[in-house]
Amino acid sequence: MGSRASTLLREEEIEEIKKETGFSHSQITRLYSRFTSLDKGENGTLSREDFQRIPELAINPLGDRIINAFFPEGEDQVNFRGFMRTLAHFRPIEDNEKNKNSSASEPLNSRTNKLLFAFRLYDLDRDDKISRDELLQVLRMMVGVNISDEQLGSIADRTIQEADTNGDNSISFNEFIKVPPVDGEQDY
Amino acid sequence: MDFTFSRRTGVLLIIWIVFSVLPCCNGEVPSKPTSGVTIVPPIKPDNGPQAYPDAEKANLPVFTMDYPRIQIPFEVTLWVLLASFAKIGFHVYHKITVWVPESCLLISIGLIVGAIMHSVNEEPPAVLTSNVFFLYMLPPIVLDSGYFMPTRPFFENIGTVLWFAVVGTLWNSIGIGMSLFAICQIEAFGVQDINLQENLLFASIISAVDPVAVLNVFEDVSVNEQLYIVVFGECLFNDAVTVVLYNMFNFVAEMPVVEPVDVFLGVARFFVVGLGGMGFGILFGFVAAFTTRFTSKVREIEPLFIFMYSYLAYLVAELFAISSIMAIVTCALTMKYYVEENVSQRSCTTIRHVVKMLGSISETLIFFFLGVVTITTEHEWNWGYILFTLLFAFVWRGLGVLVLTQIINPFRTIPFNLKDQFGLAYGGLRGAISFALAFTLPDNIGRRQLFITATIAIILFTVFLQGISIRPLIELINVRRTNRNLDTINAEIHCRLMEHTIAGIEDLCGQWSHFYWKDKFMKFNNRILRRILIRDSRAESSIVALYKKLELQNAMEILDTVSGDISAAPSIVSLYEEKKNAGKPKKMFLAADLRNMHDILSKNMYKIRQRTVAFTGKHALPNDTQTKEILIRRHASIRRSLRPGSFQTTKVPKSHKYFSLPAGQSLDSKFPPGRQSFTGDQETMSEVAYPTRRSRFSQPTRSSSRAMMPLRRLDTLKEASSIDILDEIKDDGAKVGRSVPRTNSSSSDSRLPARRHFHSSSDNDNGSSDNFRNVHHEAEGEEQPPSPPPPAWAVEPRDNTVRNPLLRRPQWNPKKM
Repeated sequence: MGSRASTLLREEEIEEIKKETGFSHSQITRLYSRFTSLDKGENGTLSREDFQRIPELAINPLGDRIINAFFPEGEDQVNFRGFMRTLAHFRPIEDNEKNKNSSASEPLNSRTNKLLFAFRLYDLDRDDKISRDELLQVLRMMVGVNISDEQLGSIADRTIQEADTNGDNSISFNEFIKVPPVDGEQDY
Repeated sequence: MDFTFSRRTGVLLIIWIVFSVLPCCNGEVPSKPTSGVTIVPPIKPDNGPQAYPDAEKANLPVFTMDYPRIQIPFEVTLWVLLASFAKIGFHVYHKITVWVPESCLLISIGLIVGAIMHSVNEEPPAVLTSNVFFLYMLPPIVLDSGYFMPTRPFFENIGTVLWFAVVGTLWNSIGIGMSLFAICQIEAFGVQDINLQENLLFASIISAVDPVAVLNVFEDVSVNEQLYIVVFGECLFNDAVTVVLYNMFNFVAEMPVVEPVDVFLGVARFFVVGLGGMGFGILFGFVAAFTTRFTSKVREIEPLFIFMYSYLAYLVAELFAISSIMAIVTCALTMKYYVEENVSQRSCTTIRHVVKMLGSISETLIFFFLGVVTITTEHEWNWGYILFTLLFAFVWRGLGVLVLTQIINPFRTIPFNLKDQFGLAYGGLRGAISFALAFTLPDNIGRRQLFITATIAIILFTVFLQGISIRPLIELINVRRTNRNLDTINAEIHCRLMEHTIAGIEDLCGQWSHFYWKDKFMKFNNRILRRILIRDSRAESSIVALYKKLELQNAMEILDTVSGDISAAPSIVSLYEEKKNAGKPKKMFLAADLRNMHDILSKNMYKIRQRTVAFTGKHALPNDTQTKEILIRRHASIRRSLRPGSFQTTKVPKSHKYFSLPAGQSLDSKFPPGRQSFTGDQETMSEVAYPTRRSRFSQPTRSSSRAMMPLRRLDTLKEASSIDILDEIKDDGAKVGRSVPRTNSSSSDSRLPARRHFHSSSDNDNGSSDNFRNVHHEAEGEEQPPSPPPPAWAVEPRDNTVRNPLLRRPQWNPKKM
């Protein structure tokens, strides 16, 4: 399982990650082996190229944004902890969440955090608002080439219209949350 | 237009039918061997000017006809053409093919032709023997299935596949056989003379699910990938079991007593058959891959090797009476990966097209003949037996699927739910293989005709009824499941976004199970197999393979021309205009508008990735337009973002980090240097110029490294005036025409020239085009050092511009491609 001496995963680390993210032991080790197989440079961190090398992400319309979500602001390497932290958003919500009691803060994979993740996919400049322009950009990425800009523009307008309650012509996170629940959340 | 065309086709069809029937008639009428003059049978219409009617004069015959000489090839060709015309005809009425699978239509046409022939008292062409079926018609179909099999999901699900194939078929055969035997005991049906062995033999024939029929039906129904793979795999691999069972029961049917040692031998034989088939397949696959390593000088015949080796695998397996279907499938699987790297792009395309074509033709012919032979053979009908056969086939399959999924579900990452199980059970169609097997029943079986009739009945029943009804049923079930509230456009967009995200994350995590083995195999692959089997065995990234596979190099070339850029210009402007108008009063959207929007979105939003590029229809080559669009768009935006003001820089170590090599190491350490894509390049370039293949992958890495610097501001849009934009574009247009001699710009090491490598391996012209483009970029960059980053899409923190030209964010490119 990718045993490179300098980057071997130690038990304490696994425990910490477990506490922080809620993954199980076997899940963590499996993800670690995936991490190391992606890490071609063998230096214990992943850079964006490493992500880009996954062909399925290249053909995912939102691939680049998803990759971006892994890298905290200003950095371009992510270590295993950061990797797991991001992935933790997608852990399915179990009924018997152990850390419901222990931690005061919300678990990483709560619905709110998942929505925050999605919100950040739109909101590039992290100003906590999805402007029309950002929305358009994402729409354009998700849509084929047959749609004209005007149509896309009106779709974006409509989207903002539906969600915007305070009239600032952009969607804030609170407005974003109110969108009906998506199916995909619990799927993983 | 449509109507006239269909009428014409109909007329054509009829003419062809007549023409094809009549030569068959000719076959029956013994033609007197003559040297010059052939007597034309009375039924045939005028095939041309008649020969001299009176043979007394010994003149030199001016015009002769010698039909028997060409008879067989001629008839075969006519049949193939007729079947193909039928195929064309179906697609004229698109609505038909939506509801009725092609196999049904083909069988119907076959039935009609058979009826015609029967009424003229003709026999079907002698070509349809069991031998012909197994040796000539089946291999292309199986090769087609095997070649386009999505390997990754297949191997992920291999356990389930084998489980269903082996145990499922056994379950079905024995279950049906036993129940039929029980039925036979009832006197009312009058089939008491069929003993257990014969029942079991018959059961083994009809329990084999047929790949040809199933895939034909499934393609329209868009079942989920897991289901498709499992049924697909099951079809392919239950051949091994069927062969063994068939032979075993055949053998046993002639013996008076069955001993336990025979059962044991049967099991042993099963392993021999299955594993032997796979072994032969792998062997021939490797030999084929090895051969293609040396074919760089004989590109024209490269596809030949693929076909010959696969066919050879099939025949050799038939020689030893082991599972030839498995042999050819494993041969195709093994071969494909290595061969597609060794052969040229064109050979690759040729191979795919020919495989598809042959498969398509074979399949068409098979169903067609099924229809014909149905009418023209003698039948022995027995209501009780046949109806019960149908019933039991259905029941046992359903039970089998239920029980087996219960057992295997805990081991699966993605368990099958009830809907999947229904699809599995209902999708168990029988087809031509059962049919051919029935024909090869030895004559000493008393009720051979009954068996043949029953087999045909089952095939027709499953193909027609189940085939036609599976689509509405699946849709019905699907509809009940998803009751997503799509009132708002918002929800629709966000749902799709989440789905894409989840799909992306799933892909990121890779496989869950089997990962260890896959990793090991890939290491073994890279270390040993690739060295031997591939001509240029550099460690290739999957991105490169993806690009090559999607044949994107050509697309990229086209994209990089001037016209591509300029046509995008208006969108930038229009976007800017819209932004300016943001302060307009809100538009009111009518309900019709909303419906329109929903419509547009549902039609045009990219579907969630199917993990396999090949997972689409059976009759078409894989449709990868969506993928190509996405990739081309990224390429375009990357290009554009690299253009202005980018090449100032040089924090070499930092930029090198974005290559796949740690900084400072030369290329040789990790990747053995290969051909460079331009000749005559010197060291500076070589340092960063990767061989074509790899650089194709580094191209996306550029994008990624650029990609994700966090945006500080989005308001560059406001800053740039539209005039600047237009100017820039005009500049582009002017500069592109320049031809610049190749230079080794020293700034090239910071500038990632990898984009250049994005073109195909043809060297010089690409090199120069790349080069001049780069230079022109450089020049432009020098002209506008302080210019703001390209507005509207490459939003980026100012301070980073200088630091690293790669840190551009090219992708959020709202304009059209």
